Order: sequence, then structure tokens, then C-alpha cells
Amino acid sequence: MFRYLALRALSLGLSLVVASWVIFAMIELVPGDPASFMLGLNAEPDTVAALREELGLSGSAPTRYLNWVSGMVTGDFGRSYTYRVEVSELVWERMQVSLPLALFALILSTTIAIPVGMLAASRRGGIADYGIMGATQLGIAVPNFWFAMLLVLIFSIQLRWFSAGGFPGWDQGFWPGVKALTLPAVALALPQASILSRVMRSSLLEVLHQDYIRTARAKGLSMGQATRRHALRNALIPVLTILGLQFSFLLAGAIIIENVFFLPGLGRLIFQAITQRDLIVVESVVMLLVFAVILVTFLVDLAYALVDPRLRRRP
Amino acid sequence: MIEIRDLSLTIHGTPILRDVDLSIASGQVVGLVGESGSGKSLTALALMDLLPHGSKAGGQILIDDTPLPTQAAEGHDRAMCKIRGNRISMIFQEPMTALNPVKTIGEQVAETLILHGAATRKDALRIASEKLTRVGLSPDRFPLDRYPHELSGGQRQRVCIAQAIALHPDLLIADEPTTALDVTTQAQILDLLRELVAEEEMGLLLITHDLAVVAGMADQVAVMKAGEIVEQGPTEGLFRTMSHPYTRQLLSASEHQPDRVDRAQDIPLLEVRKAIRDYPLPRTRLFEPRPQFRAVNGVSFHLNKGESLGLVGESGCGKSTLTRAILGLEPLQGGDTRLNGKTVGPDMDPARRSGMQVVFQDPYASFNPRWTVERIVSEPYHLTGRPENWRDHVADALSDVGLTEEAMHRYPHEFSGGQRQRIAIARALILEPELIVLDEAVSALDVSVRAQILDLLADLQRRKGLGFLFISHDLSVVRNITDRVLVMRAGEIVEEGPTETVFANPTHPYTKSLIDAAPVIPPDWKENPYGTALV
Repeated sequence: MFRYLALRALSLGLSLVVASWVIFAMIELVPGDPASFMLGLNAEPDTVAALREELGLSGSAPTRYLNWVSGMVTGDFGRSYTYRVEVSELVWERMQVSLPLALFALILSTTIAIPVGMLAASRRGGIADYGIMGATQLGIAVPNFWFAMLLVLIFSIQLRWFSAGGFPGWDQGFWPGVKALTLPAVALALPQASILSRVMRSSLLEVLHQDYIRTARAKGLSMGQATRRHALRNALIPVLTILGLQFSFLLAGAIIIENVFFLPGLGRLIFQAITQRDLIVVESVVMLLVFAVILVTFLVDLAYALVDPRLRRRP
Repeated sequence: MIEIRDLSLTIHGTPILRDVDLSIASGQVVGLVGESGSGKSLTALALMDLLPHGSKAGGQILIDDTPLPTQAAEGHDRAMCKIRGNRISMIFQEPMTALNPVKTIGEQVAETLILHGAATRKDALRIASEKLTRVGLSPDRFPLDRYPHELSGGQRQRVCIAQAIALHPDLLIADEPTTALDVTTQAQILDLLRELVAEEEMGLLLITHDLAVVAGMADQVAVMKAGEIVEQGPTEGLFRTMSHPYTRQLLSASEHQPDRVDRAQDIPLLEVRKAIRDYPLPRTRLFEPRPQFRAVNGVSFHLNKGESLGLVGESGCGKSTLTRAILGLEPLQGGDTRLNGKTVGPDMDPARRSGMQVVFQDPYASFNPRWTVERIVSEPYHLTGRPENWRDHVADALSDVGLTEEAMHRYPHEFSGGQRQRIAIARALILEPELIVLDEAVSALDVSVRAQILDLLADLQRRKGLGFLFISHDLSVVRNITDRVLVMRAGEIVEEGPTETVFANPTHPYTKSLIDAAPVIPPDWKENPYGTALV
């Protein structure tokens, strides 16, 4: 077990280092100099140079890379030149929206998908199965922003249960925050839950054909008991893989949903930073996202070992 | 006392079983024999009421004169759940997959007890530990928190037995319980089952294709053919009289000795000299070389032209590894192998590779299901290039193995197991090799089909002077088709010699234990009162 974790942690560290090279190189290669962009076309070269100095853009690439990395390790992400604040402050603020939103959507999609997938598998070929397969097909095909608009139309405009957008901030209390995130989380969760319940269904169907399910039945377990006690844990292994991929997407990929609901999240931050050539923000946020994705992968690996004893080794 | 009366079964309207009558008394072993597809396993599943979808069963099953709920009865599955694992339990053929990989063995045995309300969780674990001890897995060597993947096949079958007998069932059904196991493990498991039947006073329904296993185990035997029991009675009497032709046919097929002519010449075809094959194991330390496992340790032997050489050994002895090295699929770490005096290895030229071909155990798995037979059989031509009249060669190869030209445009799934194995042999013949490696080539076949394939092989050897390297765990087959035999154990050849000599007078204790463990039908059972052999 320790060996498995140590190896995973090592590969995690290596991935981070490689990712930092790639990100730094990309930013180096992107056309457009932030300083001249900020000062406009008619700026004097001296002024541009001065600004570059101020922004920390001068110096050789290796020095800048080292400065960037060592800064990040100590929590200093640099300063955004469009927002004129510390990047760390900016990211922290946006994380308070994006992270809860991603978690909320993830919890929703798993709590929907696992029982739905189980139901479809246990009623294979029945009406419930066909209904679920049709609905999930639709859920995958329809883009999430369309769901978002539909939700706004029904729950905000018609029923007036939720506001159509914006985020009050957590200082207004827990529930108002959750309420503001509910519709976006549902919009994000629906397509994800559709994919996940299909994975759950097919994985469970495969497991239900295994010999050990027959053994369980021969011991006197009912089909339902055999499914819950013997099939479920084995069927979760592929589901975990998809779940890990989905979380990474939810964290950074919610740009459109954040725009639909006017949420100040990471997705919008990075989008604006790119359009305004705020490369320091881009660089840092992307690195942070990479870190989050790698961390999630690590957690998924951990979960594999928890679920499957064959991955644990006896000392 | 379990009684089956007039059991019939249809699956999606197709009749599968007809008028099956069988009774199993406590403390008795009833053997149910027959070939695959005869309905043996479905009879067992009907007893358990675990039939596949679309099944309709008729007739009656009684435990101590109380009928089991029939399929049509209200809530019959719930009622059957109380009986399964409690009064009737079952073990299956494939112990490697029969246990849940994510639960410990203790949990899985205890589950039977908790489920039927026979014990609290704590007591159940204690009883589980006793039962596991009884089947030979004492907790000092096999703690309850072991997972199935930490055990061997035989040990896993013991766990399955422990969970099946945990509640002293009236009947234990064992469906080919030892077919997937090595011969020495098989003997141990059969001994255990025999002891448990006496101790627990339970009935045992032993389903098998192997007449010799039944002869050594059963008090009563029922022979099944195409969904009907054609003959049943006390074991010895049934073997002595063999009143039904099908029973006689099964016996003669199982002991079939193909008509062989010794074509062996004194010219070596394949020479293996001090072959060593190592496998790297997972790294234990980051910067040290990976530890190695020596699967084949200095093996030397030769195979003459036209000779049939057997290689026997239990699973894990290194025979498959050796085979791959002989075929030149994997490199050797020491020694060499030569075919016709030329070195064999992964980088030999294709023409040399065409000198030897291989037939594997599972003919279906070794074919691409989307290819026609024509394409499958002609595939080896990629080694040598395809001659103009390649279709004629394919047709010839097919007729050599007893198939018609018409087979060329069909797909593997349209053929039976025996026919598929014929196709695999045709594929091996197409390049006219001198050596054919038969890796458990008849192990998955029913006895009657196996007899036909063995005849075919003997015939091909006679006509073409082929050399055979016959790898098998089945001693009786090796005995009937080979001139010389090698016995392999833990990567080494422990005994070598003419087949009859080795089988009649084994010198190495391991060979002796292998031969002793193989079940046999007592020779005097095969003599009938009229003094003529029945087979």
C-alpha cells in the first residue's frame, strides 16, 4: 500500500514539473507582448521597456522560470496587471465560487447517476432501461448551456424560485450561496450524470455476468442483495475513472455556465485574462488547474486501492 | 433425500431437458456424466432455480418429500433464497473467478451464515474460521482477511467448498469442481469432498465429463445425453454392464488409442540445449535491477523427425514458457534451441519460422471472428509469400483435416468446437511444416471429439511424417499419442523416456505422484461376464 502510494506521489511530482515547463514554454511562444498591449500602439519603446521591467518580463527565460516557480511555491503568484491586484488574491476569490460549484455538480451527478445506472442495469431490456437510456442520450447530446437557459426560464422567470444569476458571496451566509449555485450546478451535472449513469450501467451489467455473482446467488442472496453486496464495489472501478476526468472538467470547463449565470469563477477569470493578454494570470491559473487535475488523479488512484484489494500489497 | 421427478426444461421454447428423474440420498455421491451440451449443468441450475432468462421448467423437486416452490408460484425466488446455500448449495468449475475479488475469504464464508440468520457477525467469523480449517485452510497460514487473489486455484476451490457446507446442506452440487485444476490438486479436492459427504451426511451431486472421476467417487451414476438420462444405476454395476450404447461410446472415446505407426527417424528435428528463460519481477528497490524469476531452468531435450514427444507438467511448471521459446516468440537467457540445426529465436527469418506451427487449446480464441476460414487458414503465407494457387492449398489443407472446400467461405462461429480445432490444424499444416506444437490442443474438447482429433493427428503423422510436440496436463492423452515423454516440474525436466516405460515404471517421485493422482477406472470393471471386451 505504502509502495503504491509512494510511486503515485512520485509520478504526481514529476507530472507537475513537466507541466510547468510546458506552460512556461507556451506562454513564451504566445505572440503579443503584454507591455505594449497595455500601453497601446503609440507607446515609446522606453516606456514599454520600463513596464516590462516592472511586470517582471525582462531577464532570461531560465531566470524568469525559476522566479515564477519559486514564487508559486511560496504562494507568491505575481501581480495581475489588468486587475492590479495579487494573482493569489484573485484566484482565492474565484476559487470560492468555482470549487464549491464543481463539488456541488459532482455530488449531484454521482447521486443521480449511480442509482439510475443501477436501476437501468437491473431492469435491462425493460421499460425503465429504455427510458433511462433515451434520457441519458438526450442528456449527452444537449449542451449544458441550453439546459442552463431552460432552467433559468422555468425556475427563475416562471416559478421565481431562484435568481437568474450572480453570486452574493459567502459572507451573506451559507444557504444564499448554495441557492445561487444550485441552477448552475444542475446545468453542469445533467450531462455529466448522463455519461456517468451509462458507464455505471454497462459496468454493472458486465459485473453481474461474473461467476462470483452466480456464487452469491447460490449462497441464497437475492438478485438485489447480490448486486448491492457483490457487484456494486466491483462496478465502481470504471466509474471512478470517469469521475476523476469529470471533476477536472468541472473545475475549469465551466466557462460557459459561469457566463450564463454571471458567476465570478475561475473559468471567467482565465477567459478574460487571455483576451487581455494578462499572461501572469493565465500562467498561474493554468498551473493551478494542472495541479488540481493531478491531485484529483492521485485521489482517484487512492480510491482504486481502497476499492480493489489487488492493488494493495501486503508488506 | 433429494428427488427430482419428471424435470423438463425449455429455453425460449427450445426443449433442453426431458423427463429427468434422479434421487440423491444423504451420505451418497451421485455422478452425473455426459458431454458438453447434454444438459448436466442445466439440471443443476434447475435444482437451484438459477436458470437463465427465458427458461421454463416443469416437474417436481422434493427435499425430504417436501416439494420446492415451482417457478410459477408466488414469491418463489424469495422462498428459494432461503433454500439456496442453506439446504442445497453449489460449487462451480472455475474457482479463479468464483469468488468476489474485493471481499476477504472470511467475509465470504461468514456471509452464508449471516444471510440465513444462523449466526451473528462475530460468531459467523468464528464458524467461518472453523469451516476453513476443515477444508484445509487453517487460519495460521490463511488468515480470514486474505483476499481470493492471494490464493491458488485449489485453495480458492476450498474456500468455495467451505462457504457451501457452512450450513450443513442436505445436498451439495459440484459442477465440474476439479476440471480447471491440476491432477494432484484434483485428487486432494476429490478426497476432501468424499470425506465431507460422510462427515456431514449430505448428498453430493457430482457433475463431470470424466468417467474416471465418477468411477472413483460415486455410489450411483447417471449418464446424460441430449437432455435425457439414458442410463443410471450403482456405479460398479453400471461400469460392468454398460447396457446403453452411449455409455459404451463415452468410455471407449475416453480411452481411445489412435492407430499409430512409428515413423520416428533417428535424425534430430528440434534440439533444445540448456534452455534458460527468466522473467523480470516487479522492482523492489528503485535503483537496483529487477529481480528475475527463472521459469525454465537449463532444459535440454531433442525431438526426432516424425516423432511424437509429450511434455507433461502441472500449471506453473514452465511448459507454456518453454513452448513460447521453442516457437521463437521470446528470447532465451541461456542455451539455445535449433530446428533442423538452425537457431530459433525472435529474430529468425520468416522462412525458418514456417518450419514449425502451433495449435492452441481454445480454437475459438485463436481465430479472428471476422475472418473467413479461407483467410484464417492462408494466414501463415505472410511468412513465405502466397503462391498463385493458394486457394487449392487451402482446400487441400481443409480436406487433410476432414473438412470440405465449402468451409472456406464461412466464419469460425459457424463451426463446432471440434471443427474449429480442425481448422486450427489446417492452418498449421498449410506451410507443410516438419514440426507441429500442440499446446493443450485437445484439452477443451469432449471425449468423443477428442478421440476423432487424436485419430486425425495420428493419421497426419503417418501420412506426412510430422513431428509432434504434445504439451498437456492430461496424462492419459499423452500416454496414447506419444512415443517419448518429458515430465517437467518447476522449470526442469525431472524425467524422460519412452512413454510406456515412464508410465509403467516411473522413477522420479514426482512422476509417480502425478500418475497416482490421475483417476482411473478399476481395470476389472471393464471386463464383462462374457469375457469379451466391450470397447
